[in-house]
Amino acid sequence: MSAINFPNENRIITKHLEKPDTHLIGHYESVDGYVAAKRVLNEMSGDGVVDEVKKSNLRGRGGAGFPTGMKWSFMPKDPKDAKGNPKPKYLVCNADEGEPGTFKDSLIMNRFPHMLIEGMIIAGHAIGSEVGYIYVRGEYVKEIISVEKAIDEARAKGYLGKDIFGIKGKNFDIFLYRGAGAYICGEETALLNSLEGKRGEPRLKPPFPAQVGAFGMPSCVNNVETFASVPFIIREGAAKFAAMGTEKAGGTRLFCVSGHVERPGVYELPINVNLLDLIEHCGGVRGGRALKAVIPGGASAPMLTASECNVAMDFDSLAKAGTMAGSGGVIVMDETVCIVEAASILLKFYEHESCGQCSQCREGSHWLARMFHRIENGGGTSADLDFISEICGNMAGQTICAFADAVTGPALSSIKKFRHEFEEHIRLGRCPHKHVLVAQQVEA
Amino acid sequence: MALSDQIKNKMEAIRYQFPTEQALLIPLLHAIQKERGWISKEAMVESAEFLHLPLAKVQEVVTFYTMFNQEPVGKVHLQLCTNISCWLNGSEKLLHCLEKRLNVGCGETTKDGNYTLSEVECLCACGTAPVLQVNDEYYENLSEVKLTQLMDELDAKLKTSEGNVIGKYVDSYPRGPKA
Repeated sequence: MSAINFPNENRIITKHLEKPDTHLIGHYESVDGYVAAKRVLNEMSGDGVVDEVKKSNLRGRGGAGFPTGMKWSFMPKDPKDAKGNPKPKYLVCNADEGEPGTFKDSLIMNRFPHMLIEGMIIAGHAIGSEVGYIYVRGEYVKEIISVEKAIDEARAKGYLGKDIFGIKGKNFDIFLYRGAGAYICGEETALLNSLEGKRGEPRLKPPFPAQVGAFGMPSCVNNVETFASVPFIIREGAAKFAAMGTEKAGGTRLFCVSGHVERPGVYELPINVNLLDLIEHCGGVRGGRALKAVIPGGASAPMLTASECNVAMDFDSLAKAGTMAGSGGVIVMDETVCIVEAASILLKFYEHESCGQCSQCREGSHWLARMFHRIENGGGTSADLDFISEICGNMAGQTICAFADAVTGPALSSIKKFRHEFEEHIRLGRCPHKHVLVAQQVEA
Repeated sequence: MALSDQIKNKMEAIRYQFPTEQALLIPLLHAIQKERGWISKEAMVESAEFLHLPLAKVQEVVTFYTMFNQEPVGKVHLQLCTNISCWLNGSEKLLHCLEKRLNVGCGETTKDGNYTLSEVECLCACGTAPVLQVNDEYYENLSEVKLTQLMDELDAKLKTSEGNVIGKYVDSYPRGPKA
């Protein structure tokens, strides 16, 4: 049995997952939905909401783990243009889920779209915005339909649009924007460019989005799960949310477990759950095999070896372990996996998705993909491994966005932790693993 | 071919949502692709005229995003994820199955114009890997047996009028507020 003692009724987002109609406004309101939004709009100031979210220790669930309340507090109070006219402020939801191993935002949009909408209404009030955009990845057609239906329901009830919740002069509406297939648009400034109808290339910072964001106006970008956590914080109190996590990161997290486990899926658990317990919670490694490696926070997070997996999954503990909590995508690999091939597949992804703006990243991701491919296919040389480190050194921290750093995560960690496998490939001039598999097939 | 009234009306319905005209470009390209299956040079010129943009601004967007087909695709676009979680669950075998069955490589269309096969990066359905996107629809938890069944079904549907609606959701995007 699982070592995790976390009753289902303690879940913040997926508490009613087992009910069939959680996507409907009727169900959502029957379980205290929109209570928090009503309270916020009627009783709380924007600053009051920001303070409450700060106290909750909510940290961004998209990947970087930045404190949400602090991000909101960066928004200017009464921004004016050069002529002294007030500037609009935009609230943007990053639903461009694309980090390999991550599939939680899909669950929220399909099953709990009103929680996202309510979170955005509250955030809109906190930062003083009247327009919100939800930028959904283009492939998520089902999710887009689900969220659009929910927006319709909320508009029909008067929760979105003009004079929301019957409060004169209080306006907030949400519009959905469909992306078109670009991983990089998950980076917030690339997303903003895409929202403006441009190529999704990240922007130089500063200025940060809070100063110059969507359409040149102050903007605040948060992840789907981040917004979905907000109604609970207001309704049940920041203290209760904070108490569920660690000292520096409150609440639960939707962990997406995939790869070689018995029961892959999304699991909402305390943010500091132990990784080995989490794997056990998913039925353990598939087929009773031994664990080999885990990528704990989406493809960009450096790998952990089996012996390093006794670690808590919160941001700070994973950072201390030399990796990151990232987007909550936990990819489990058993003893049969060839790490060189796995790394080669990850590098191919980054080669495909580099936006091409900075030469270090455009060329570097391409070279790395080719070198990993070559090593996997038996053409590697002993100089390659050091050369890979050198390329990575020229990429990380040298570019406009963090994509180049992300590329070096799987590249460097796989070599550092499984160097012997790379050396074996180079020495044998082939993938030893493929040979074993063929032999097994012959025996079978 | 000029932009259809349907597309133009859709664009007018959502125009109020954005402070700039350029923001309509990606919704417009989605609408064109929905109607025609791909984005031709001609379509780019029409888009540029409609949104009062330089042609280069349209071209650079079309070529940036992988979802915009710059060549015609088959009636059924099969997009198989071969990224890490799908690979761990056997997507490589599925790719070979499809290549063999359709007698095409990745990025190619069958001679009868029925299928286009593409290898794609993470579709974010890793918990139900491996996953194949059939036009707009995801097919998850695939195995070789299930894939063969699915392909047999698609073959049968393509012989009937159902072939035109495979994996296509009722149009939902882009659109304006409800009347």
